[in-house]
Amino acid sequence: MIPMDWIWGLVGGLMIGTAAAIFLLGNGRIMGASGLIGGLVDRSGWGNWPERAAFLAALVAVPALMLPLYNVPVSTNITSNLGIVIAGGLLVGIGTRLANGCTSGHGVCGISRFSLRGIVATVFYLLAGGITMVLFRHLLGVI
Amino acid sequence: MTRILIAALAGGLFGAGLLVSGMTDTTKVQGWLDVFGAWDPTLAFVLGGAILPMMLAWHLTTRRERAITGETFPARPDPRLGHNLIVGSVLFGAGWGLVGLCPGPAIASLSWGGTGGVTFILAMIAGMLVAKPIRLRIDQIAAA
Repeated sequence: MIPMDWIWGLVGGLMIGTAAAIFLLGNGRIMGASGLIGGLVDRSGWGNWPERAAFLAALVAVPALMLPLYNVPVSTNITSNLGIVIAGGLLVGIGTRLANGCTSGHGVCGISRFSLRGIVATVFYLLAGGITMVLFRHLLGVI
Repeated sequence: MTRILIAALAGGLFGAGLLVSGMTDTTKVQGWLDVFGAWDPTLAFVLGGAILPMMLAWHLTTRRERAITGETFPARPDPRLGHNLIVGSVLFGAGWGLVGLCPGPAIASLSWGGTGGVTFILAMIAGMLVAKPIRLRIDQIAAA
Protein backbone atom coordinates (compact mmCIF):
# COMPACT_ATOMS: atom_id res chain seq x y z
CA MET A 1 0.00 0.00 0.00
CA ILE A 2 1.49 3.33 -1.06
CA PRO A 3 1.18 6.01 1.65
CA MET A 4 -1.39 8.69 0.77
CA ASP A 5 1.20 11.40 1.45
CA TRP A 6 3.30 10.13 -1.46
CA ILE A 7 0.28 10.14 -3.79
CA TRP A 8 -0.66 13.67 -2.73
CA GLY A 9 2.99 14.63 -3.21
CA LEU A 10 2.90 13.32 -6.77
CA VAL A 11 -0.45 15.03 -7.51
CA GLY A 12 0.76 18.32 -6.02
CA GLY A 13 4.05 17.98 -7.88
CA LEU A 14 2.22 17.51 -11.20
CA MET A 15 0.24 20.69 -10.39
CA ILE A 16 3.47 22.60 -9.63
CA GLY A 17 5.06 21.37 -12.88
CA THR A 18 1.93 22.27 -14.87
CA ALA A 19 2.01 25.77 -13.34
CA ALA A 20 5.64 26.14 -14.42
CA ALA A 21 4.74 24.85 -17.91
CA ILE A 22 1.92 27.42 -18.21
CA PHE A 23 4.29 30.22 -17.20
CA LEU A 24 6.94 29.06 -19.66
CA LEU A 25 4.69 28.39 -22.67
CA GLY A 26 2.39 31.33 -21.92
CA ASN A 27 4.77 34.10 -20.89
CA GLY A 28 8.13 32.69 -21.90
CA ARG A 29 9.29 32.90 -18.30
CA ILE A 30 10.95 30.55 -15.83
CA MET A 31 8.79 30.00 -12.76
CA GLY A 32 11.32 30.62 -10.02
CA ALA A 33 9.82 31.80 -6.72
CA SER A 34 13.01 33.45 -5.41
CA GLY A 35 13.56 35.30 -8.70
CA LEU A 36 9.95 36.50 -8.90
CA ILE A 37 10.09 37.80 -5.30
CA GLY A 38 13.70 39.02 -5.44
CA GLY A 39 13.12 41.06 -8.60
CA LEU A 40 10.49 43.06 -6.72
CA VAL A 41 12.52 43.30 -3.50
CA ASP A 42 15.69 44.70 -5.08
CA ARG A 43 13.83 46.34 -7.97
CA SER A 44 15.91 44.46 -10.59
CA GLY A 45 12.67 43.07 -12.04
CA TRP A 46 10.59 46.23 -11.69
CA GLY A 47 9.93 46.41 -15.44
CA ASN A 48 7.33 43.62 -15.30
CA TRP A 49 6.05 44.16 -11.75
CA PRO A 50 2.35 43.61 -12.63
CA GLU A 51 3.12 40.07 -13.82
CA ARG A 52 5.17 39.34 -10.68
CA ALA A 53 2.54 40.86 -8.39
CA ALA A 54 -0.27 38.87 -10.05
CA PHE A 55 1.71 35.64 -9.69
CA LEU A 56 2.47 36.28 -6.00
CA ALA A 57 -1.07 37.46 -5.17
CA ALA A 58 -2.54 34.26 -6.64
CA LEU A 59 0.15 32.21 -4.90
CA VAL A 60 -1.15 33.54 -1.55
CA ALA A 61 -4.88 33.66 -2.41
CA VAL A 62 -5.55 30.25 -3.99
CA PRO A 63 -4.18 28.09 -1.14
CA ALA A 64 -5.95 30.41 1.34
CA LEU A 65 -9.26 29.77 -0.47
CA MET A 66 -8.60 26.00 -0.44
CA LEU A 67 -8.16 25.76 3.34
CA PRO A 68 -11.89 25.15 4.02
CA LEU A 69 -11.62 21.99 1.88
CA TYR A 70 -9.48 20.43 4.60
CA ASN A 71 -11.32 18.95 7.55
CA VAL A 72 -8.11 18.78 9.56
CA PRO A 73 -6.25 21.93 10.71
CA VAL A 74 -3.59 22.95 8.19
CA SER A 75 -0.32 24.11 9.77
CA THR A 76 3.18 24.91 8.60
CA ASN A 77 4.42 23.41 11.91
CA ILE A 78 7.15 26.06 11.81
CA THR A 79 9.49 26.18 14.81
CA SER A 80 8.54 28.61 17.60
CA ASN A 81 12.24 29.55 17.97
CA LEU A 82 12.23 32.96 16.26
CA GLY A 83 16.04 33.12 16.25
CA ILE A 84 16.13 30.00 14.06
CA VAL A 85 13.31 31.40 11.87
CA ILE A 86 15.20 34.67 11.30
CA ALA A 87 18.53 32.92 10.65
CA GLY A 88 16.84 30.53 8.20
CA GLY A 89 15.00 33.34 6.40
CA LEU A 90 18.18 35.40 6.01
CA LEU A 91 20.11 32.39 4.67
CA VAL A 92 17.32 31.52 2.21
CA GLY A 93 17.14 35.15 1.00
CA ILE A 94 20.89 35.62 0.57
CA GLY A 95 21.50 32.12 -0.80
CA THR A 96 18.76 32.09 -3.43
CA ARG A 97 19.84 35.50 -4.78
CA LEU A 98 23.52 34.52 -4.92
CA ALA A 99 22.63 31.24 -6.63
CA ASN A 100 19.99 32.90 -8.83
CA GLY A 101 17.38 30.33 -7.95
CA CYS A 102 15.75 28.03 -5.43
CA THR A 103 13.81 24.76 -5.46
CA SER A 104 11.38 25.91 -8.16
CA GLY A 105 13.82 27.66 -10.53
CA HIS A 106 16.88 25.39 -10.23
CA GLY A 107 15.04 22.27 -9.08
CA VAL A 108 11.85 22.07 -11.14
CA CYS A 109 12.69 24.26 -14.15
CA GLY A 110 16.44 23.58 -14.30
CA ILE A 111 16.55 19.80 -13.88
CA SER A 112 13.71 19.30 -16.39
CA ARG A 113 15.88 21.17 -18.93
CA PHE A 114 18.93 19.05 -18.05
CA SER A 115 20.65 22.30 -17.08
CA LEU A 116 24.01 21.63 -15.42
CA ARG A 117 23.59 24.76 -13.27
CA GLY A 118 20.19 23.59 -12.03
CA ILE A 119 21.43 20.08 -11.28
CA VAL A 120 24.58 21.29 -9.47
CA ALA A 121 22.61 23.86 -7.44
CA THR A 122 20.08 21.18 -6.44
CA VAL A 123 22.83 18.77 -5.35
CA PHE A 124 24.46 21.47 -3.20
CA TYR A 125 21.30 22.74 -1.50
CA LEU A 126 20.13 19.19 -0.79
CA LEU A 127 23.54 18.31 0.70
CA ALA A 128 23.63 21.52 2.74
CA GLY A 129 20.08 20.87 3.98
CA GLY A 130 20.97 17.29 4.96
CA ILE A 131 24.15 18.39 6.77
CA THR A 132 22.15 21.10 8.57
CA MET A 133 19.76 18.43 9.86
CA VAL A 134 22.67 16.32 11.15
CA LEU A 135 24.33 19.30 12.86
CA PHE A 136 21.33 21.14 14.26
CA ARG A 137 18.93 18.27 14.95
CA HIS A 138 21.09 15.28 15.78
CA LEU A 139 24.20 16.93 17.29
CA LEU A 140 22.91 20.19 18.76
CA GLY A 141 19.24 19.26 19.10
CA VAL A 142 17.93 22.77 18.40
CA ILE A 143 15.58 22.03 15.45
CA MET B 1 -3.45 41.80 -19.74
CA THR B 2 -3.06 38.22 -21.00
CA ARG B 3 0.39 38.11 -19.44
CA ILE B 4 -1.02 39.09 -16.06
CA LEU B 5 -3.83 36.51 -16.27
CA ILE B 6 -1.38 33.76 -17.22
CA ALA B 7 0.90 34.79 -14.34
CA ALA B 8 -2.05 34.63 -11.91
CA LEU B 9 -3.10 31.23 -13.27
CA ALA B 10 0.45 29.89 -12.86
CA GLY B 11 0.86 31.41 -9.38
CA GLY B 12 -2.49 30.03 -8.21
CA LEU B 13 -1.83 26.53 -9.51
CA PHE B 14 1.68 26.64 -8.01
CA GLY B 15 0.22 27.57 -4.62
CA ALA B 16 -2.46 24.88 -4.84
CA GLY B 17 0.18 22.30 -5.75
CA LEU B 18 2.40 23.33 -2.85
CA LEU B 19 -0.50 22.94 -0.40
CA VAL B 20 -1.74 19.63 -1.87
CA SER B 21 1.77 18.13 -1.98
CA GLY B 22 2.45 18.92 1.68
CA MET B 23 5.39 21.20 0.90
CA THR B 24 3.97 24.02 3.04
CA ASP B 25 4.42 21.70 6.04
CA THR B 26 7.94 22.23 7.40
CA THR B 27 7.96 18.79 9.05
CA LYS B 28 7.62 17.09 5.64
CA VAL B 29 10.52 19.11 4.16
CA GLN B 30 12.74 18.59 7.21
CA GLY B 31 11.67 14.92 7.20
CA TRP B 32 13.03 14.59 3.65
CA LEU B 33 16.33 16.27 4.55
CA ASP B 34 16.68 14.24 7.76
CA VAL B 35 18.19 11.15 6.15
CA PHE B 36 19.44 9.85 9.52
CA GLY B 37 16.09 10.39 11.28
CA ALA B 38 12.54 9.35 10.38
CA TRP B 39 13.17 9.87 6.66
CA ASP B 40 10.14 11.03 4.63
CA PRO B 41 10.46 10.49 0.85
CA THR B 42 7.42 12.64 -0.09
CA LEU B 43 9.55 15.46 -1.53
CA ALA B 44 11.00 13.09 -4.15
CA PHE B 45 7.46 12.43 -5.43
CA VAL B 46 6.76 16.17 -5.53
CA LEU B 47 9.95 17.03 -7.42
CA GLY B 48 9.53 14.05 -9.76
CA GLY B 49 5.90 14.97 -10.43
CA ALA B 50 6.84 18.60 -11.11
CA ILE B 51 9.68 17.75 -13.48
CA LEU B 52 7.50 15.61 -15.80
CA PRO B 53 5.20 18.39 -17.19
CA MET B 54 8.19 20.72 -17.43
CA MET B 55 10.18 18.21 -19.51
CA LEU B 56 7.27 18.22 -21.95
CA ALA B 57 7.08 22.03 -21.82
CA TRP B 58 10.80 22.46 -22.57
CA HIS B 59 10.38 20.02 -25.46
CA LEU B 60 7.49 22.11 -26.83
CA THR B 61 9.66 25.27 -26.72
CA THR B 62 11.89 23.67 -29.38
CA ARG B 63 8.90 23.40 -31.73
CA ARG B 64 7.65 26.96 -31.39
CA GLU B 65 9.34 30.26 -32.00
CA ARG B 66 7.62 32.17 -29.24
CA ALA B 67 5.42 31.86 -26.20
CA ILE B 68 1.63 32.41 -26.46
CA THR B 69 2.00 36.07 -25.50
CA GLY B 70 4.70 36.58 -28.14
CA GLU B 71 7.62 36.57 -25.73
CA THR B 72 10.79 34.72 -26.66
CA PHE B 73 11.70 31.65 -24.61
CA PRO B 74 14.50 31.94 -22.04
CA ALA B 75 17.93 31.24 -23.51
CA ARG B 76 20.04 28.50 -21.96
CA PRO B 77 22.05 30.04 -19.12
CA ASP B 78 25.81 30.42 -19.22
CA PRO B 79 26.99 26.84 -18.61
CA ARG B 80 29.84 28.03 -16.34
CA LEU B 81 28.88 27.25 -12.77
CA GLY B 82 30.71 30.02 -10.88
CA HIS B 83 31.37 30.35 -7.17
CA ASN B 84 28.14 32.25 -6.45
CA LEU B 85 26.02 29.29 -7.60
CA ILE B 86 27.81 26.99 -5.17
CA VAL B 87 28.07 29.41 -2.21
CA GLY B 88 24.48 30.55 -2.70
CA SER B 89 23.09 27.02 -2.94
CA VAL B 90 24.93 25.96 0.23
CA LEU B 91 23.59 28.99 2.17
CA PHE B 92 20.08 28.41 0.80
CA GLY B 93 20.20 24.71 1.70
CA ALA B 94 21.30 25.54 5.25
CA GLY B 95 18.40 27.97 5.74
CA TRP B 96 15.97 25.53 4.11
CA GLY B 97 17.08 22.82 6.53
CA LEU B 98 16.94 25.07 9.61
CA VAL B 99 13.30 26.06 9.09
CA GLY B 100 11.90 23.74 6.40
CA LEU B 101 10.63 26.54 4.16
CA CYS B 102 11.84 27.69 0.74
CA PRO B 103 10.57 30.87 -0.99
CA GLY B 104 7.51 29.38 -2.79
CA PRO B 105 5.94 27.60 0.20
CA ALA B 106 6.80 30.54 2.50
CA ILE B 107 4.66 32.87 0.36
CA ALA B 108 1.95 30.26 -0.32
CA SER B 109 1.41 29.69 3.43
CA LEU B 110 1.25 33.42 4.27
CA SER B 111 -2.47 33.26 5.18
CA TRP B 112 -2.05 30.53 7.81
CA GLY B 113 1.67 30.69 8.64
CA GLY B 114 1.19 33.01 11.63
CA THR B 115 3.90 35.14 13.22
CA GLY B 116 6.60 32.59 12.42
CA GLY B 117 5.70 32.55 8.74
CA VAL B 118 5.64 36.35 8.47
CA THR B 119 8.95 36.61 10.36
CA PHE B 120 10.51 34.13 7.95
CA ILE B 121 9.30 36.11 4.91
CA LEU B 122 10.60 39.42 6.35
CA ALA B 123 13.99 37.87 7.13
CA MET B 124 14.10 36.37 3.61
CA ILE B 125 13.37 39.79 2.08
CA ALA B 126 16.11 41.33 4.25
CA GLY B 127 18.48 38.61 3.03
CA MET B 128 17.57 39.33 -0.58
CA LEU B 129 18.32 43.04 -0.01
CA VAL B 130 21.80 42.39 1.40
CA ALA B 131 22.64 39.73 -1.21
CA LYS B 132 23.99 42.25 -3.71
CA PRO B 133 26.82 43.68 -1.52
CA ILE B 134 27.62 40.13 -0.36
CA ARG B 135 27.88 39.02 -4.00
CA LEU B 136 30.29 41.90 -4.75
CA ARG B 137 32.44 40.94 -1.73
CA ILE B 138 32.54 37.28 -2.78
CA ASP B 139 33.54 38.32 -6.30
CA GLN B 140 36.37 40.45 -4.86
CA ILE B 141 37.62 37.53 -2.75
CA ALA B 142 37.41 35.15 -5.70
CA ALA B 143 39.29 37.57 -7.97
CA ALA B 144 42.09 38.15 -5.43
